[in-house]
Amino acid sequence: MTRPSRVVTRPPVSVVTALAILLAVAVAAAFAPWLVPDATGQDLMLGISGPGPGHPLGTDDLGRDVLELLVAGARTAVPGALCVAAGSMLIGNLVGLPAGYLGGWVDALAMRWADLMFSLPALLVAIVVAGVLGGGYGLAIAVLVVLFAPTDTRVVRGAVLEQRHRPYVEAAQLKNLSAWRIMTRHVWPNIAPVALANAFLNFAYALVSLASLSFLGLGVPAGSPDWGRTLSDNRTQLLANPWAVIAPGLAIIATAAALNIVGDWLYERVDRRGRTR
Amino acid sequence: MTGRSWGVFLLRRLAGTAVVVALLSIGVFGLLYLAPGSVQQTLLGTRPATPETIAAIQARYHLNDPLPVQYLSWLGGVLRGDLGTSIRTGMPVADMLGQRLPLTLALTGYGTLLAVLAGIPLGVAGALRRGRAADRLVVTAGVVGLSAPPFAVGLLLLVVFAAGLGWFPVYGVGEGFADQVLHLTLPAVALAVGAVGMLVRFSRAALIRELDQDYVVFARARGLGAPAVLGYALRNSLVPILTAAGLIVTGMLAGTVLVEVTFALPGLGSLLVDSVTFKDVPVVQALALLLTLLIAAVNLLVDVGYSAADPRVRIGGRPS
Repeated sequence: MTRPSRVVTRPPVSVVTALAILLAVAVAAAFAPWLVPDATGQDLMLGISGPGPGHPLGTDDLGRDVLELLVAGARTAVPGALCVAAGSMLIGNLVGLPAGYLGGWVDALAMRWADLMFSLPALLVAIVVAGVLGGGYGLAIAVLVVLFAPTDTRVVRGAVLEQRHRPYVEAAQLKNLSAWRIMTRHVWPNIAPVALANAFLNFAYALVSLASLSFLGLGVPAGSPDWGRTLSDNRTQLLANPWAVIAPGLAIIATAAALNIVGDWLYERVDRRGRTR
Repeated sequence: MTGRSWGVFLLRRLAGTAVVVALLSIGVFGLLYLAPGSVQQTLLGTRPATPETIAAIQARYHLNDPLPVQYLSWLGGVLRGDLGTSIRTGMPVADMLGQRLPLTLALTGYGTLLAVLAGIPLGVAGALRRGRAADRLVVTAGVVGLSAPPFAVGLLLLVVFAAGLGWFPVYGVGEGFADQVLHLTLPAVALAVGAVGMLVRFSRAALIRELDQDYVVFARARGLGAPAVLGYALRNSLVPILTAAGLIVTGMLAGTVLVEVTFALPGLGSLLVDSVTFKDVPVVQALALLLTLLIAAVNLLVDVGYSAADPRVRIGGRPS
């Protein structure tokens, strides 16, 4: 399927800034073990201290360096959120493609399921289920995948509905290709960009949700260098070293905002209907 | 649209909501079986496992009956207002909810007020200066607000306005009306930030769509003043903004949990976290059920409100 070529425009300043933030987070996440090999190392003799030589952002009450914790936190934040975004995109494609292409009862069933899930607040369900089961981080990721999948399903289904009656699909049907082959080999490449843009937005939601769970003590285990967890551990130290709160707080906000800005920007390029949520 | 089809539409929506609530109530009941260990252990909590306490729990929860019977007797109790007893405090769950409800209502009410007062004017300002620097600033600020989790915003607010500038108290709920408002201001702002982001996005998009319509061009051509034209366009853009209300309410409910924990406020949200951490399943069930009903009611209201404003929805199902 060819589309009319677009005028290539430079991305706006906000998108460039967002990409720079994401690059920094990606580098921190990928190389944290080499950049800050001893991020969780404690120095109980030092204890909490403000910014000073050797510790640009000071230390927390266990004497851990705030800057090192910040870098190591990226490695905790990114993989979990990536799993949620990828997992829900996979389910969304597997359900959304047949729902949009085949229609009928498959579509009806998939959409009722999506409606039901869609009415649930993902974070609250994750708090209740992960908390009562006591399953920790892995379970929280699984719950979020199930609850995020309906948005992917709807987005994929909507995109498939737009493609279904295009001539190239009808041509493939006339060649008597199987429905599975048409869906995966012909339709899917045309809707993949939309699914990918949506995955970016899910990535942002997942990052914030997992950080929230960790903040509430329901995510990563105690002592992990996680942004949400560090915020929760250090909130009683507002006065002694405010940077122990400011640094992880800004890291979460900046990363999530950058993902949303890039996701929105991608969405505008691949889907003329624009973002639906 | 005749009165009869209105009634049919309302009945169908009501039935749909009832089905959803019924399905979810089974899930809420099932929480008891999700908890690790036997149901009896979960319900005993830290109490000693004497024959009397075990017998009392088995009689109260009908543990020897088949599951559907257990579910129905639990549901019957809930419908009569009997939400069980907290494992953690030994108090009736309904009393605990009653004690903490006012604070959560005040917090979400205050937060919603702030969000509407800030979000819609910002969205309108962005739409009117579409594409210019002010608009880009509003849009970017909206995305940042939408992305920022309430607990991070709350702690940053505490660092700046409570610990740094000393304008607001750090913790506590205060006494007397003015003092309570002062204590709830930072939490309400932290709660409102996400909703402001959503309202900016929806109101800006809706108003831009309306300003492109023929009737706006015609009104301008007739020489109507800018405020009058904006009035027409705003009234029509309120309909799509209303559909965002459901998303905003669910966002607020999740947000209030985080905000109450951040500011150590004794509301329903912090009760949920405490109960979940303690595996106080009867309280968690009651809160989950309350949330389910609240969200179902809001979604129903949004659907009905939307269809009252836009008759096409009643014929074609959902707005596209």
